Amino acid sequence: MTSLRIFAVGGLISFRALFHWLSPSIYIPSLIVAPLFQILLFAYIGRSAGLASDEFYVVGNAIQYAAIPCLFAMTNIVGGEKFQQTLGAILVSPAPRLPLFFGRAVPVVVNGAFVAAVALLAGTIVLGVDIPASAAPSLAVVILVAAFSCTGLGLITAALALRIRETAVLTNVLFGFLLIFTGANIPLDDLPGWMQNVSDVLPFTHAIAAARELADGASLTSVLDLIGEELLIGLVFAFLGYWLLRFFELQGRRHSTLDRS
Amino acid sequence: MRTLRLLAVGWYFQFKAILRSPFEGLFQVIYPLFFATVAFLMFRAGTDQKTLLYASLGAAVMGMWSATSTTAAGAMQRERWHGTLEALVASPPHFSLILLPITLAMSTVGVYCLVATLLFGRFLFGIDLTFEHPLLFVLSIVGTVISFGALGFLFAVTFVRFRAAWALGNLFEYPVWLIGGFLVPLVLLPDWVRPISWALAPTWGMNAIRESSLGGTPLPDLAICLALGAAYLTIGILVLERVLTAARKRAALSLT
Repeated sequence: MTSLRIFAVGGLISFRALFHWLSPSIYIPSLIVAPLFQILLFAYIGRSAGLASDEFYVVGNAIQYAAIPCLFAMTNIVGGEKFQQTLGAILVSPAPRLPLFFGRAVPVVVNGAFVAAVALLAGTIVLGVDIPASAAPSLAVVILVAAFSCTGLGLITAALALRIRETAVLTNVLFGFLLIFTGANIPLDDLPGWMQNVSDVLPFTHAIAAARELADGASLTSVLDLIGEELLIGLVFAFLGYWLLRFFELQGRRHSTLDRS
Repeated sequence: MRTLRLLAVGWYFQFKAILRSPFEGLFQVIYPLFFATVAFLMFRAGTDQKTLLYASLGAAVMGMWSATSTTAAGAMQRERWHGTLEALVASPPHFSLILLPITLAMSTVGVYCLVATLLFGRFLFGIDLTFEHPLLFVLSIVGTVISFGALGFLFAVTFVRFRAAWALGNLFEYPVWLIGGFLVPLVLLPDWVRPISWALAPTWGMNAIRESSLGGTPLPDLAICLALGAAYLTIGILVLERVLTAARKRAALSLT
């Protein structure tokens, strides 16, 4: 029961406390308007290059933009605590680490999915893309899985925040890699072979592919394999991230470097 | 002469400081390369591969704008957080002579982005670089940097009342990339967008750089780019006067 309480209440309070600054004046430009302009930019570049349809870029970029809330929020779970000098108090507590860290990840997943869903809706309306309304529930599932998968990667960056100072640079660089490798803007078949291999093990790649099929009218059952792969990638990243968090926590205790910022 | 010296020393000092910052220096050079890579791959996979040089120049100027927009928008707030704003405002020179070198230094970092992106495209994607008018190409870059710095100055003073000025600066990154014609010809955009593009110095700076590189007449574009930069600077100084007067009246200069 204590673990459940730490998972639910601790996670929610942590999210609210760490992101109290995430006021509408930041949230709207950064997480509502910016993804729409990313969609427009790449849709128009796509038109200029004669590469793919608007739908391709709307779906790809809407889902890929979830990387911003997912990666930044998860990294701040540790980086923010360190900055506010509360990390030591948390890590000295006897709270079990699994609910402690994963509880903090749940609001991040929900927020990431919300950002992607709004971007998808806005991009669809602005560019006049025709996505069947019946695909909405299935797309919601895919978006949620995509946000979960990227939050798993975010757990790794959260762990790295225990060791490195410039977390903003790290998360932005990861965002850039996801922009290139996940097929958000370039059809995977047009990427060199080694890049396709990398994209196979990254968050978003399978979710974007599944969402594109759903937008074209496919059923949820026909993309279950893609959703399963995305989920698996998320789980692997999440547990790798958790292991790294524990590892760096132990290293931090051993070398007395937990609060070094 | 004293004014020029102040501008030059301020610019040099700020430029050195920015280069020491991993976020404002190194990262601002690396980050646009991701977008450049996407653009190169898109144009290479697309139907018209002759546009790669067009894309290379556009991606290079995208980097220049990136280096300016977010950081310049929060320039005054950064001084406020550092606790140096009051001292700078109280110093004898007009505050615009202190703030302008800061935003100019930020836009100068964009030259690193430009060179890095062009070399990145050359060596990784084999994009041949041609400079039909080398001297005008250099002049176009200098003019574009100055006008970007002036636009950054206008952002810095306009957004100073917003607590999250950096977020507003960040917001302008994608739109200017799009409507400045960096990677998308303006003719592809809706008609109502074009007057907005024409009011932006980056549009004309991009034209000047492209015309001097690919062949054409860059001087008229460069002249408009600089004229717009001068206009931003004038408006910025007027806004700054108003902001500082209001802040002094309310004793709100250091409030965040």
